[in-house]
Amino acid sequence: MKKTLFVSAGLLLLLTFLGAALYFKAERAGEAEQLAEANRAGLTREHAPTLGPSSAKVRIVEFIDPACGTCKRFYPFVKDMLIAHPERIHLTLRYAPFHENSEQVTALLLAAAKQGLHWETLEAVLNAQDDWVENHVVQVDKVWRHLDGLGLDMDKLKADMADAAIAKQIDQDLADARSLGVSKTPEFFVNGKPLPSFGFEQLKTLVDEALAQAYP
Amino acid sequence: MSATPITLSPGQAWNLLFLAWLVAAVSTLAALFLGEVMGYTPCVLCWYQRICMFPLVLILAAGLFPFDRRVLRYALPLALAGLALALWHWGVAAGLIPEQVTPCSQGVPCSRELVSWFGFLTLPMLSALAFSSIIALLLLIHFKVPE
Repeated sequence: MKKTLFVSAGLLLLLTFLGAALYFKAERAGEAEQLAEANRAGLTREHAPTLGPSSAKVRIVEFIDPACGTCKRFYPFVKDMLIAHPERIHLTLRYAPFHENSEQVTALLLAAAKQGLHWETLEAVLNAQDDWVENHVVQVDKVWRHLDGLGLDMDKLKADMADAAIAKQIDQDLADARSLGVSKTPEFFVNGKPLPSFGFEQLKTLVDEALAQAYP
Repeated sequence: MSATPITLSPGQAWNLLFLAWLVAAVSTLAALFLGEVMGYTPCVLCWYQRICMFPLVLILAAGLFPFDRRVLRYALPLALAGLALALWHWGVAAGLIPEQVTPCSQGVPCSRELVSWFGFLTLPMLSALAFSSIIALLLLIHFKVPE
């Protein structure tokens, strides 16, 4: 009798928890979609670095923080999708430097973009992330040693990093992140639709669906 | 307290302990819901209160089968520590204790009110309520149930 009471109370609590969680997730996914729909203009901006042909019909927008470990893990995953469908997928990168001092590394990357070396620099910076991010704190001084051999004009890079135009671009990215409800990185939008829930599989499913729809 | 006029039967004692377990289980699931489902990052003081609450679910359950009134010895220290932390957190959130002297510094400030139900019920209050009801139930078992 007591055991039955205990077990049924426990089960009831767990089921309530799971039911509420499912309900909440569904509710939130709907809200995120509406938010993205309402703020469509904030998804892409002139200054944002892009990869892939502009004629591609599947358009991924990624909000990335260069100091974020999960972003680093997603980068090759996204790149592989672009390589697998070179004519069909287009990627726009937006910066959401949520980690402290990460905006300085973001400025560096956007300054590298002015020299046409954004993606090479991003890859070098992400590959060396373990070296310049310690306990979630960005050590900007340690980033420089990973930029050798990329062909960057360092004097120009430093001058551009301090340029107010780049600070404005980062502010714009952060403002768009806020209006689109991006509070964690990485966040993806595929043809304007946010990820229903976070994960590699969910991103792949969303991209595959968009591919099937655009290229039947 | 030795000559208390009211005493409770062993069956009633079990029910009280079961109730205390329910409070701990509901609090634990609620904390997990806020953190894992709704995505609120717990602040430092919230984590310390979680450390006191989560094990109570298991310790109190162990005291139910078979019923063991000595479960108080193991559960009460956690519940008391939890209550102290909840009261401290309440003070920080209400602005009575300045944030600088608390251990909160990284990212999520403890003074930010995430939830305010019915206009006044905040998370530190609910936490203090949960810990104090567990303490009250344990003390009731200790003093009102004969050995």
